[in-house]
Formats: sequence, C-alpha cells, structure tokens
Amino acid sequence: MATTPNAVTPTEFTATPRSLLRRWTGADEIAHLITLIAAATLLLIAVLLVYQLWILSAEARTKFGWSFFVTKTWDPVAGDFGALPFIYGTLVTSAVALLIAVPLGVGAAIFLAELATPKLSSSLTFVSDLLAAVPSVIYGLLGVFLLVPVMRTTIQPALKKTLGFLPLFQGPSYGIGFLTAGIVLAIMIVPFVLSVSREVLLAVPRDQREAALALGATKWESTWKVVVPAARIGIFGSVFLALARALGETMAVTMVIGNNPKVAASLFSPGYSIASVLANEFSEATGNLYLSALIELGLVLFLLTFVLNGLARLLILVTTARGSGVLPT
Amino acid sequence: MSVRLVWRKSLNVFMLSLTGLCALLTVSALFFILGYLVWNGGKDLSWSFFTHLPAPVGEVGGGMANAIVGSLKLLLLAALFGVPIGLLGGVYLAEFGGRTVPFLVRYTADLMNGVPSIVMGIFAYALVVMPMHHFSTLAGGIALGIMVIPTVLRNTESFLRDVPRSLREGSFALGANKWRMVATVVLPAASRGILTGVLLALARVAGETAPLLFTAFGNRYWSPGWMQPTSSLPVVIYTYATGPYEDWHRQAWAAGLVLLGLVLITNILVRAFLTRGTAYERT
Amino acid sequence: MRIVKVLTVLAVLLAVATFAAAEGPVLLNAAGATFPYPIYSKWFDLYHTAHSNVQINYQSIGSGGGIRQLLDKTVDFGASDGPMNDEQLKQATVPILHFPTVLGAAIPAYNVPGVQGELNFTPEALSGIFLGTVTKWNDPSITSANPGVKLPGDDIVVVHRSDGSGTSYIWTDYLSKVNPAWQSKVGKGTSVNWPVGLGGKGNEGVSALVQQTPGALGYVELIYAIQNHMPYGKVKNSSGVFVKADLASVSAAAAAAAKFIPDDFRVSITNPEGKAAYPIASFTWLLIPSKFTDSAKRDVVKDFLKWALTDGQNYAEGLSYAKLPKEVVAKEMKAIAQIQ
Repeated sequence: MATTPNAVTPTEFTATPRSLLRRWTGADEIAHLITLIAAATLLLIAVLLVYQLWILSAEARTKFGWSFFVTKTWDPVAGDFGALPFIYGTLVTSAVALLIAVPLGVGAAIFLAELATPKLSSSLTFVSDLLAAVPSVIYGLLGVFLLVPVMRTTIQPALKKTLGFLPLFQGPSYGIGFLTAGIVLAIMIVPFVLSVSREVLLAVPRDQREAALALGATKWESTWKVVVPAARIGIFGSVFLALARALGETMAVTMVIGNNPKVAASLFSPGYSIASVLANEFSEATGNLYLSALIELGLVLFLLTFVLNGLARLLILVTTARGSGVLPT
Repeated sequence: MSVRLVWRKSLNVFMLSLTGLCALLTVSALFFILGYLVWNGGKDLSWSFFTHLPAPVGEVGGGMANAIVGSLKLLLLAALFGVPIGLLGGVYLAEFGGRTVPFLVRYTADLMNGVPSIVMGIFAYALVVMPMHHFSTLAGGIALGIMVIPTVLRNTESFLRDVPRSLREGSFALGANKWRMVATVVLPAASRGILTGVLLALARVAGETAPLLFTAFGNRYWSPGWMQPTSSLPVVIYTYATGPYEDWHRQAWAAGLVLLGLVLITNILVRAFLTRGTAYERT
Repeated sequence: MRIVKVLTVLAVLLAVATFAAAEGPVLLNAAGATFPYPIYSKWFDLYHTAHSNVQINYQSIGSGGGIRQLLDKTVDFGASDGPMNDEQLKQATVPILHFPTVLGAAIPAYNVPGVQGELNFTPEALSGIFLGTVTKWNDPSITSANPGVKLPGDDIVVVHRSDGSGTSYIWTDYLSKVNPAWQSKVGKGTSVNWPVGLGGKGNEGVSALVQQTPGALGYVELIYAIQNHMPYGKVKNSSGVFVKADLASVSAAAAAAAKFIPDDFRVSITNPEGKAAYPIASFTWLLIPSKFTDSAKRDVVKDFLKWALTDGQNYAEGLSYAKLPKEVVAKEMKAIAQIQ
C-alpha cells in the first residue's frame, strides 16, 4: 500500500456502541463551534454587563449630567445626588493604601528578587500569594476589632501630636475613617505589588546587574540605580494593578470607613467609598432616581477599574517583553 | 577608605536590610492574621456551631449550619456555571482560535477579572433577581460563576499551550481528528494545571461577600432547592461582625476561622502539591 | 469517558438537591426594619416551632430596604417603622396594607467616659447635636438639664444610620416637629442628608458603633440598648417632663392616637400630648400586599397576623416592646379580611 509522505487521512474506526460521537464526520466543526460559543459567552456577558449598567443608570445620567461628578450632596430625601464624596473617598483611601503598600511591596520584591536565595524567594512569594487569597470580609473582621481600637487610642493621637499641624491629621479621632480604611487596603494590595514587581525585576537581564557591579557599584547601587529603573515600567504596572484592586474593595472598607458621605481634608474623618455606598444602600434605594444614581456610581467604578487594568496589563507586557529581548530597551 | 566609600557601603547594608524588613513584614502579616483567628475563633468552634441553625436575635447559642451548607451550594453552582464555559473557552483560545476573536476574548477575560465584585452583584441582581422577583441561591451562584469564568479560561488556555507539540502531532499521526486529540491527549496532559486553576478560582469566590448581598440575600433557616435565598458564610460573618451582640462577635470569629482555614488549605494544597512539575503562571 | 462520568455525578447531585425538600413546606421571604427585628425573629421562630412546615425568613435590612424589596416584589411582605408615603404606595402594583405589630421607642444611647447613669436630653440639645451645632458633651444645653452630673469636654461622636431606616424616620420625624431649623435643613425620611456623624448599618450597626466609640451618641430601638447593656437617656416631652422610654411611657404615647387611628393605620405618635408619654415612640408595621397569588402563602400570612396580634403580643413586653392598644388590635383583626 503506497502512502504519500505528508498527507494523513483519518482512518475510520469500526464503530462500537460507546463511540457514537466518533461517527460524526463533522465532529471537529462541532467542537470548534461549541468552544467558540463558550468563549463568545464571556464576551456576551461582558457586553451585557456594560449594557445593564448603562441602561439602568440612564435616569440619573440624564438628570444630572456631568455635574454628577462635582456635586457634594447625597440627599435621598430631596432627590439630589452627587458622586463627589464617594469618588473622593475611593481615591483618598486608595492613595493612602498605595503610599504604604508600594514602598513595602517594592522593597520586599527587591529583597526577593536580588538578595534571597531562589528557594527562599519562592517560598516567601508563596506566603505572599496566600495573603492575597484571604477574603475581604476577614480583613474587615480584623479591621473592626483589632485595628480600629488601636488607631483610636494609640496611632491617631500620636499622629495628631506629632503631625497635627497638617490638616491631614486634625480633628477628632474616631478610629474609623479614611486612614484606617487605607491601612487595611494597604495590607490587602501589598501581595499584588510584591508579586508583579518581583517578576519584572527578575526579568531584567543579568548582564545589567553585572555591568554595574563590574563598574564598582555596591549591590544596593546596582539594584536601585540600574535594575529598578530598567523594571520601572513594570513596577508602575503593578501599582496600577494594585490601585485597580484597591478601588473595588468593598467589604473591608465598608466596615471601617465610617459611612458618611463627606469630603473632608482630615484623614481621621469618616468617609464613604463607591463600593461601600453600593453595598450599604443598593438593596434599599427607594425610588428609581436613587437606584439609578447608585448604578451610575457602579458604572463609574467599573470604568475606572477597566481603564486602570488595561493600562496595567499594557505596562507589564512592555516590561516583560523588553526583559526577554522581544522589545528593544 | 574614603568617607564616600564608607557611606556607600553602610547605605548598602542599611537599604538591603530595609528591603529584608519589608519582606519580613509582608510575610508575617499572614501568620499574624492566621494566628489571631486561630486564637480568637478557635475557642468558639464547637459541634453546635457546625450543626445548629442561628438562634433568635439577642439569644445566645445557635450555629452556622445553614451558612456552611449555603456556601457549599453556592460554590457548586458557581463551578457548574463557570467551569464548563471557562474550560471550553480556554480550549477554543488554545486550539481552535484565529487572531481577532482570541485577542478580544483574552482582553475581556482580563478585564472581567478586574471588575469589582460588588458590580458583579448588581449585574446578577439586574439579570436574575429582578426578572425572577426572587432572591435565590441560583442568582448568587450565577454571580459567583461569572467571576470564575475569566480565571478558569485564561488558566486553561495557558496550560493547554504548555502541552508540547509532539504530543499533539503524535496524536494526529495515529489518525485522531482534532477534537479527539484535544479531548483525549491534550486535556488530560494539562489536567493537573487546569484543576489548579479551577480550585484556586473557587477558593477565591468562596470568600466573596459583596456579590451575595443582593442575590443570595440571607436565610435564617435551611434553604431547600435552588430558588430560595440562602445564608452563606461570608455574609453571616459580615452581619455578625457589624452587630452589637457579644455572641454574634464570637460566632463571627469562629466562622472567620472556618472560612479562612478552608481558603488557605485549598490554596496551600493546590499550589504546593498539584503544581509540582507543571509551570504555574499567575494571571 | 471521565468527563461524562463527572458530569453525570454533578447532574445527580443537582437533581437531588433540587428535589430535596421541594414539596410541602410553605416558605415565605420577608425583609425590612431592624427596629422590631428582635421580636420578629422570636415570633417567626415560635411560629415555625408551632407550624413546622412554615418558614418565614425575615432579613433585617432596614425599613427602606423592606419597602423597596416589597415594591420590587422580591419578598412576600415587608416591614417598616416609617409608613410608606403616598408616592411609594402609588408604585405598588397591588395595594399595600399596613398592619401595626408592636410599639417601640427610639432612644438616645450614649457612651460617655465617666458617665454611667441616665442623662436628660432636651429637644434643643438633641436637635443641636444632630445638626452639628452642639459638639461637646459639656455644652450648656446638656449640662443645664443634668445638674450634678460631671460631663467631660469630649467631642460628641454622632452616630446615625447609613441605610434606609424607619428608626431614622421616627427620629427625624421627631426632630422635625421640635426644631424648625431641622425641618427646613434636613427634613424627615428613611434616608436623609445627615449634617454630621458616622453611619452604621441597621440598629445593629449603630449599637455596635456607639458601644465601641467613646463619646458616641446614637439613636436605637430600646431593646438594642437593653440587650447590649448600653446606657440611654431620658427625653423631655411636650409637657416638659423628662421621660425614660419604657412600657408605660410608650403605651401612654400611643394612647391618644389609638382611639383615632386612621383606617390605613399610618400614624405618627412622636411628640404627643400627655405628661407620661415618651416623645419618640412609634408603631412598627408589617407591609402586606392585599392580594396574594399563592393561596398557601396568603393563608399563612393571615394566620400569622392573627397569632401575632393575640398570642404574639404576650412576648412583646419581654423584649421591651409595648403591646398594641386594644382598639388598634380590634380594628386590625377586621382589616385582615382585606387580604385576598
């Protein structure tokens, strides 16, 4: 029997009762179709999500327009809704969280990428990943019962005494508020900063470090002045990723932020974040305008995380591509 | 040695130790959390905690049996919804796709991963609860299932791509057509990694509270079937922790320990044992 | 194939769970006020013990939530301490009936370092505190009503509700009646634009915040303060007497309204006449649709209402809620017939 060297035709199997499916010659097409439908379902869900958010927020969008974003009042009785306190609260708590988490995470990443032995590095990263897996409500639990009293009795008064001249640290210290929420968020997002930064640092080619050391730099100088700048873009990516995560955190923040829609300069003040107001008021918004305003807030949150995540992925992609030589540095 | 050199050397030691401190702080956070929960929650774990229904408000006693079962049911639904779609979608991306559709799907999956869970809850409310006029386990399961899809999809694709070409070509050489090759050769080869992704995704949604607030709602009793509201561990922890009753607080700690324990054990087992020998990629 | 086996197992699990307890029990879902949650949860528990095939699942999400979920028809009935206003009633596809169940009181609970006993609050002090004009515990409006009590100069941490609340409705209704500035600036409602303060979710959340925050003052339903051993104050009523909320004073507040209660049972009894009356008391209502499509559910609801208005009332006082006046009960029993 002569067979051509390159073409292989599928031979037909004798059918056994179990293999009804095998007899279908169009099986490949069906499989292609089924898997395509599955993948398309995801696209459909995403489109549906955006559509729902858009349609259900229509009433508020048409009524308030752009002024929604700069109005401070949130008055369900008068039907006057403004997003500013929530956007402010979300941004402030996230900023505090980043200020704490980024140095901590990048510092730890430097240690793990440059100094630790590979074994130590991967075990500590393992532990950090476990930290990322802790549910938000557990952080909330610890926040309410552990952190808040400590903040109220020790940390906030200490800050007031030393840095009280800044408007940031003035006002009565309740224990709950922007600062506490920011601290809880910081612990939650450190693992993200750590793991991504570590990866981008590891992706920087060895010769960069060795060149610096050959020129007489100390290990720290080589790291800080050569490696980190080379990985800078990816580290920014990790910051965006962590920020996107912080913006959407709901439970832990709701439990310690104070639930008061106010724009205040002091970090000790209670506030409100977009995710928290949704959690608290969504199931009770009486009246279509109220509900629609809440959903518009949800839409804002969605868009914010959408943009940030997109940017983050792009930055990380660029850095790892550079590091592995795909893109020129 | 010049002053400058001494300065540089001491700065070197100082900064490097600082980074070590950062790593230590980060890592010790986990041990602290775990330790505190064990200490505070462990003493209230009892048989009645696992088998009794909640007591009326203000009365001491009662347990979380319905919350535990509710969470399990929700996870089962989330798996049923999310895993097949994610799995098949991943197969599509790795085996069948062209250029544009896979790019779109990948991008969408990454973005959906980043959507805050509260927005998912609102979506599930609009999609399931409002038309049905009913809070239900189904709605909660759908909300969680949607959250599972992107992770499973990307993970499946990643592990399928890792399967060496030689296995596929060997299968073709033996006369299999494409779907048979995927189903009987490639998928089993990647199964360990895929399972990793599925379990990790489920462990993540097991702890989600926000999407359940307006979908599964809550229930003081057992929730039969799938169409009734159901209690769940994370929601009960939230409710009890923000309440004033001492007894509620104790139960919240115990429940927190149970939830954290389950999530961590799953993560540890999966990451430590299942990924031995496979390349694990974080999304 | 393995996949087929796995799927079959899952399908079987699904089927078992679906049909596990499908027939027989009557399951009702209700949601609403946190104000009466302690007694409702006791009542539904007792009712379930007596009728084991009936489960009434009540979720305390606040009166605002109860009204909204009722209008959205995601629950079978609701509960609220702020009666539905005409606009909300218009939104209902089926007319909603209000059924008062018990009488309760919103009391000012506080956590002042060094103060264990009862403080007296005047309407001016209370409205000033919540408006943010009275900021310290040793403010003259408070000290003048409490001679002999050493009040510290600490800041007052106001605690209010972050969710839509009937208790808020009762409190703001009272403040609107006693202070025109409050009426024009804030008004009354289940959710208002609070000038100052921290927000807690539910009576539970406010109680927790007051307990945990030194210097805090918040309004909660009486039983929450009692169950959690929190000090609470007396309020000056319209006759000038400082009254503490208890069964007698709350019943006195309802006494005048009881004889003239309107047919739809929506009435406010804050700041009433009467020397012994507590000024911030209220009925709390179950919001029942007048038409049920499911006859089993309808029968359970009617039977439960009858039970709650008769035997159920005996449990009210144990949880510091006052029983309904006899006239109101009689009128309600007749109104139950309206549920179809």
